[in-house]
Order: sequence, then C-alpha cells, then structure tokens
Amino acid sequence: MIPGVDGFMYPNEVELQWSLLIVLYPYITGLVAGAFILASLERVFRVEAVRPTYRLALLTALSFMLVAPLPLQLHLGHPERSLEMYLTPHRSSAMAMFGFVYLWYLMVVLLLEIWLEYRADIVRLAQSTTGITRLIYKALTLGSENVSTASRVIDDKVGYTVTVIGIPSAFLLHGYVGFIFGSIKANPWWSTPLMPIVFLFSAMTSGIAAVLLLYMATTKVKKVTLDMRCLDTIAKYLFYTFVIDFTLEMLDLIHRTYEADESFRSLDFMVHTRLWFSQVVLQIGMGTLIPLALLAANQLWTFAEAKRRVMYVTACCLTLVGIFAMRWNVVIGGQLFSKSFLGYTTYKVAFVTREGLIPAIGLMLLPFVIFVVLVKLLPPLGESEAHPSA
Amino acid sequence: MDISRRDLFTIGGKLLVLASVGATLEQITGAAPPSESYKMAEHWWGMIIDIDACIGCGNCVRACSKENGVPKGYFRTWVERYEIEEGEQPHVESPNGAIDGFPPATRTDLKSFFVPKLCNHCADSPCVQVCPVGATFVSPDGVVLVDETYCLGCRYCVQACPYGCRYLHPDKDTVDKCTLCYHRITQGLTTACCENCPTGARMLVDFKNPQDPVHEILRNNKVQVLKPYMATGAKVYYKDLDGSVR
Repeated sequence: MIPGVDGFMYPNEVELQWSLLIVLYPYITGLVAGAFILASLERVFRVEAVRPTYRLALLTALSFMLVAPLPLQLHLGHPERSLEMYLTPHRSSAMAMFGFVYLWYLMVVLLLEIWLEYRADIVRLAQSTTGITRLIYKALTLGSENVSTASRVIDDKVGYTVTVIGIPSAFLLHGYVGFIFGSIKANPWWSTPLMPIVFLFSAMTSGIAAVLLLYMATTKVKKVTLDMRCLDTIAKYLFYTFVIDFTLEMLDLIHRTYEADESFRSLDFMVHTRLWFSQVVLQIGMGTLIPLALLAANQLWTFAEAKRRVMYVTACCLTLVGIFAMRWNVVIGGQLFSKSFLGYTTYKVAFVTREGLIPAIGLMLLPFVIFVVLVKLLPPLGESEAHPSA
Repeated sequence: MDISRRDLFTIGGKLLVLASVGATLEQITGAAPPSESYKMAEHWWGMIIDIDACIGCGNCVRACSKENGVPKGYFRTWVERYEIEEGEQPHVESPNGAIDGFPPATRTDLKSFFVPKLCNHCADSPCVQVCPVGATFVSPDGVVLVDETYCLGCRYCVQACPYGCRYLHPDKDTVDKCTLCYHRITQGLTTACCENCPTGARMLVDFKNPQDPVHEILRNNKVQVLKPYMATGAKVYYKDLDGSVR
C-alpha cells in the first residue's frame, strides 16, 4: 500500500504535478479580469453609479496582473527557460499563448488605459510635488504634458476605445485560462467546453467582489464617504454575475450526473470524499449559497445602510473564499483521481518549499502591497477630471 | 536516370534535414549517434504486447530502470496485474511498478492477467500538442522524445498524457519518459525491456518494414490499443487485451 493512495493509481500519478501555486494562477488572473470588467461597466456601458470604483478597479486589476505570472514562474522546473515561450512558442500549445495574451492585456489594455485615465492628474502632480515624487510623476507623464481640453478629449476617446478592446481581451485572458484546463481530453474532470465560460463568470464574480471590498476598505482608510448607491449597484451586478456563474456550474454538474460516463463513478466518489469539504461545504455551501442568499435578500428587501454593509462584506468575503475553493477543486481535484478511474491519491500542501504554503501566502499578499503603493501614487478616489465628454 | 537541378536540390535538402535531425537527436538523447546505415525516414516504431504471454516477472521494469537510469519511484515502464471477479470493478495493482514482480495471487478463482505499460508513442500525441515550447516532439521515425535541454518543467504534458507515462525527473527538473530505448534501436538493437522479456511478450516492431512480423500479427490477431476513444494514434498494440483494462 502506498500512503495516501486508495485503490490503484498509475505509478507516476501518485505525486501531484500541479500544486497550490497553479491554484493561485487562475484565481489571480480571474481577479484581474473581473476587476477590469467592472471598470468597463462605467466606461463603456455608462453605469454612472459605479463611477467611484472605476479607477480603483483598474488599479486592482493592475496589482493582480503584475503578480499573475509569478506563481507559474515559481512552479517551473526551469524558470530560467520561460522566455522560450515568447521566443519559440509551440503554436499548437494552449499554454504557449499565455505570454502573448498576458503582454497584450498588460501593455495594450491595462497600462494604456490607466495612463490615459490618470494622465492629467499625473501632469498636475508633476507640477505640484517636489523631490523624488516629482521625478516619478515627471517620468510617468512620458513627456506628454499637454492637458488642454482638446488633448483631454483625445485621451477620453482613446481610453474609451482601449476599454472597448479591453472587454473582449479580459474575456480572452480568463477564457483562455479556462481553455488550458478544458482542452485536456485525458482528464474528464477538466475536459468540458464549459470550462472557459465557467472560468470567465467565476472570474467576474471574484473580481467584482474584490473591488467592492477594496472600495469599502479604501474609503475607510482614506476617511472618504462611502457611496451607498455605488455599493448597491456593484452588489446588484455581483448578484447577477454570480447567478450566471452558479447556473453554469450546476449545468456542468447536472450534465455529468445525467450523462454518467465511465469517469462518473470515480468523480462522484471524489466529490463525496476527498473534495467534500472544499467542494460541497466551502465552494457550494459557504462560498456560493450563503453569499447568493445575502445578495438576493438585498434585491428583494430594503435593509438599513449599516446592515447592508455588513451583508455585502460578508457576501464578498465568502465569494472570494468560494471562488478560491472552486479553483482548488478544479486544479487539485483534477489530479486526485487516477486516469484509470480505479484509485485516488492525496495532496498535502508543503510549507516552506518553493511551491509551498509560505510562497503562496506571499504571492497572495503581494498584490495588496502593490495596490497600496499604486493607490498612494495614483489616488483613485479624488475628484477626477477625466471624461470631459462624458 | 535524369536528375534535374530541382530534384538535386530537393534530395540534397531532405538529406540535410535528416542529417540535422539526427545530430539534434543525438544531442538530446545524450547517447551514441545512430549507426551510419540508420535512416530515420525508413522506420516507424511501435510495440506489440502479448497479454497472454506476460508472466509479470518484472524483468522489463528492472532492465528499463538499469538501461535508462530511471530514478527510484518513477517508471518509464511498469506492469499491472488485473484480477476481476464477475460483475465487479477490477482489482488492479502494480507494487513499485512491479520492479520486483508480484506477490503470489491470493485467489485463484478470478480472471487474472498482467498488462505491461509504457509510453504509447502516439502519432497524434496530446503531450506533443500541449508542450508550450516544443520540447516534446515526435521524431521522424515515430518515437516521442523530450529535449531535456529545452523542457521548461511546466508539466502540462504530464497532465495531457492519458496513460500516466510521464513524470518530472527529480534531479533534472525536466519531464522524463520512455524513449523506446532510442539509443539502442537506432543501432539496430531492440529495447531493453523487449530484450529481457523471457516470454517474448513484448516485441519492438517497425511498421515501415515490410518484412517485420508486425504485419502478420496485426492481420491474424485481435489487437487493441489502450483507450482507443482518446484517438491519440497509440502505436503500442495489445494482443488479447481485456475490455476492462484502462
């Protein structure tokens, strides 16, 4: 008997190949895509109520985007060779496209949109600050110091176009991550055409929840009045997105159960044993049904402001836990059963190894550090002079 | 025979490509270069496994391990023992890949047989498809190989292989797998596992060789590949394979 193994695993399957760090990868990119799509609500779809979170959502997306490749990099057996994915990509590989999708999204969409949005503020700050701060802002202007009304109109038009391009790009970014898993025909837990779209909606759900929480935290720290109308609107969109996400996941579950192909017995056993806590309790119970109930209650009844805040915070925190559990269940769950469908292995998270818990915690904290720096550098809640034509 | 200038360039180009592929493979496998008479384009390697002939001795696993320096706990080839009671899920075991064979069966009233496993050297290999840098590739003679000087160690190929034939080499941090003893077969030898099989249950075959017994075996026997529904173009054919084998 091999410790931790029930039944029969192919001998090379006992050890899991994709660890906690690979759980973080779709989780972090999901937060990026979700935050950006929330930002686009205001910019493209003119949902004015969420305007206070527009800049915050962009900075959230950037903070997580900068960290997104790090778990992959740490996971590689030979991280020093990762550049080969750019230099000699294998065109038939879904993974080979990561670098290009990432660069497109980071450089063409996110950085450009943030720069255009903040350009006028950066020029103003470059003139009003002193010392090193001034130098930083001066550099950030990229030599473009014209803030005339005409130039601002151009900024706005270009920014709008970038956001319009950004929406399918955000869909591409996370749909693509789903495709990496969904296209593996050898693994029935992953192999479904629904995977990219499930990933996409779960990304939107987690990104919206993260921005809502960061908005509440930022207003508290900066002692700025919280815009309840904005909060209610975000919560409404979170609810809608979550309903679609949950519907898709349930559709997948019902489809698998009804179809009951040769893998079903194995997967069903896994859900009832090794994944019971992370899937049924954490993901579906705590991470989906409770937040959905809290958000739904707010659509049906009117609660006092203080109560609403508590409900939103609770719902969003649970949502983030639930989506993390979903990523865990996909990545780790997909490796716990044998491709022979005759056995199961276990995964124990290492602690201080390269792919262990400590690096994972560090990688999850890093975006928040970056976020604090970005918020300091590019104030998201001040009166923006952006969108003169809006 | 008249050879035009165009033909000359075409033939010259093909020879150049084959020569460079040969040199590259030599570099990748780190083994002796293919013998001068070996022409990749003239071979298409695979294997025939006779289930009824396998006695589960584990000689093949030991030979492979020694020949290829397979790290302890990982397997380029292994043997499984199936024991099936009518109407029940099969009971399968492969203690340490069967490197030391199997303990005696506890019951004799069950359908029981051994199944040697190795990389299927698929023609439409999912592992080759997913490799982000092309470090895993099919050689011109039909062997799936890994360029360990190029592999990132991302392990996407390990996930994509339906047969569990790949692992991350613990010392090299690159993916490792059966090479069909490429360093031997290009010298005119057979694989270590085939050479050491006492019953001839494993047979290296060359589908491009019209004299190879594989053609007669395929013509006269009921053969099957593992998980045919995966449509990987597996080139390891099993004679008398039971439907329960996964």
